Amino acid sequence: MNSVIKGTGYVLVHTPDMVLHNGTTQTTERIVNPESEYLKELPKHLRSYEDVLSYYPNQTYIGNVTPDELAAVEQPWHDKKAPMNDRFGPFGEIMPQEEFLLLMQACDVFDLVKLSSDFVAAHKDALLKNEYVGPAVEGRLAEGVSMEEVEKLVNEEHAEPLYHGNVLVGCVKNAHDIDVNLSAHVMLENIVSKASSVLAMLHAVRNAGIDKNEVEYVIDCCEEACGDMNQRGGGNFAKAAAEIAGLDGATGCDVRGFCAGPAHAILNAASLVAAGTFKTVMVTAGGCTAKLGMNGKDHVKKGLPALEDCLGGFAVILTADDGVNPCINLEYVGRHTVGTGSSPQAVISALVTNALDKAGLKINDIDKYSPEMQNPDITKPAGAGDVPQANYKMIGALGVKRGDLEKSELAAFPQKHGLVGFAPTQGHIPSGVPYIGFARKSILEGTINRAMIIGKGSLFLGRMTNLFDGVSFIIEKNEGKGQEAGVSEEQVKGLIAKAMKDFAASLLAE
Amino acid sequence: MSILSGKKVIIIGDRDGIPGPAIEECAKTAGADVVYSSTECFV
Repeated sequence: MNSVIKGTGYVLVHTPDMVLHNGTTQTTERIVNPESEYLKELPKHLRSYEDVLSYYPNQTYIGNVTPDELAAVEQPWHDKKAPMNDRFGPFGEIMPQEEFLLLMQACDVFDLVKLSSDFVAAHKDALLKNEYVGPAVEGRLAEGVSMEEVEKLVNEEHAEPLYHGNVLVGCVKNAHDIDVNLSAHVMLENIVSKASSVLAMLHAVRNAGIDKNEVEYVIDCCEEACGDMNQRGGGNFAKAAAEIAGLDGATGCDVRGFCAGPAHAILNAASLVAAGTFKTVMVTAGGCTAKLGMNGKDHVKKGLPALEDCLGGFAVILTADDGVNPCINLEYVGRHTVGTGSSPQAVISALVTNALDKAGLKINDIDKYSPEMQNPDITKPAGAGDVPQANYKMIGALGVKRGDLEKSELAAFPQKHGLVGFAPTQGHIPSGVPYIGFARKSILEGTINRAMIIGKGSLFLGRMTNLFDGVSFIIEKNEGKGQEAGVSEEQVKGLIAKAMKDFAASLLAE
Repeated sequence: MSILSGKKVIIIGDRDGIPGPAIEECAKTAGADVVYSSTECFV
């Protein structure tokens, strides 16, 4: 049985104060060089919520601008305004910081997030009015505490402060006096990840048009770890977020693989559905405070806005074959193995061409490749180049080497088979998966037939191995032959045509 | 004689450029003594 992509959710959360107070580039600088010019300058480079809404790549992430439309806009994009500044798009939303702080409070079930009662009163209605989030968090929002209590927790009990507009509005308490894995710092990161995951899940459920109770299994693939001193990464973000999102019929687990986590998780989910173990599986991930403002020093030095000011989140819902939605092909999967090596050529060969060889496909038989979709507006000024383009150049070069492409076709390859990056540098968030929503839409509309999602992971950052990692898979048009297929559009057309023919024949006979 | 021959070398590779192990292999063939090699990620 095939598994199909039933729906997706993509969310961003504008968190300018977390850039200043929780991003590791800034927290590290505060320790090693507290009087630095960078720390003094950075606040002047933060964007307003309105600027974040009208930023082209952000509108692309939530589905209001297509990747093709974004590609037609000359780079850089930070000095241009998108023609819309909508909070909501067909895939999700861009949530403002004040509402997200309340969502964090609603997602905390251990009374660790303490917001001032004035702050709660000022913003509670806005969050409850959100048609996606409101019903899930109603009854979970606390009234808040006094500012004296917040200040005491921050000044005397090692709580992590929460700011809005650079004003203290609350804090996250530590969950244990000694255990570093339950420190206020770790709890803040984990609750942020959980809350942004919940937001993406709620959008995905709505976009997929399913009942929450249909979700049987959830796989979280963020890059955080939750646990205590006896089990640092015990888990389980997936079930914790499913509880808040109201997926009462679901259990789940966490799958990790650095930035390759989402691609691994989707392969796991698709396999569970294909095996018939579960009919509906959701893959989800929330965002990462540590990476906020990661390349901020370069952005500030070049006079640019601090572009890494949003948390990202996504969720993908896979179900048993409905005969309509695009399928995940589990026969021809690409994988970087222990023996593959780490040169860019070896990595792309393992992830792309080996899978194509198995499938008997040529490089240009894949309409769109989605490797790492980091926004070049962020990475180019920081010296990391245009990451998607670098991937396309290597894929194209291998195509020429294989004889799939003429050398003269190489220059046009990235534009024809590639995409421009539009996702925030949130590690796992940009890794292949941002395109799944658009891929589903384009395949359903018939503008493309196949897309390849490529996830890569930097395992060496964990200092357990020097190895790189990655997996890839192909999403393709549903031919309507699924075992549990309903009636496809083509079948309906066929049935109507037959009925009309029969009717006409009966009229002629009369 | 290579400019790296006999030199001690510290390698910082880029995950989205040339990773540490790939630079390490090149440096070694040029006669370098690789004392440290890692790959960093900025995305």
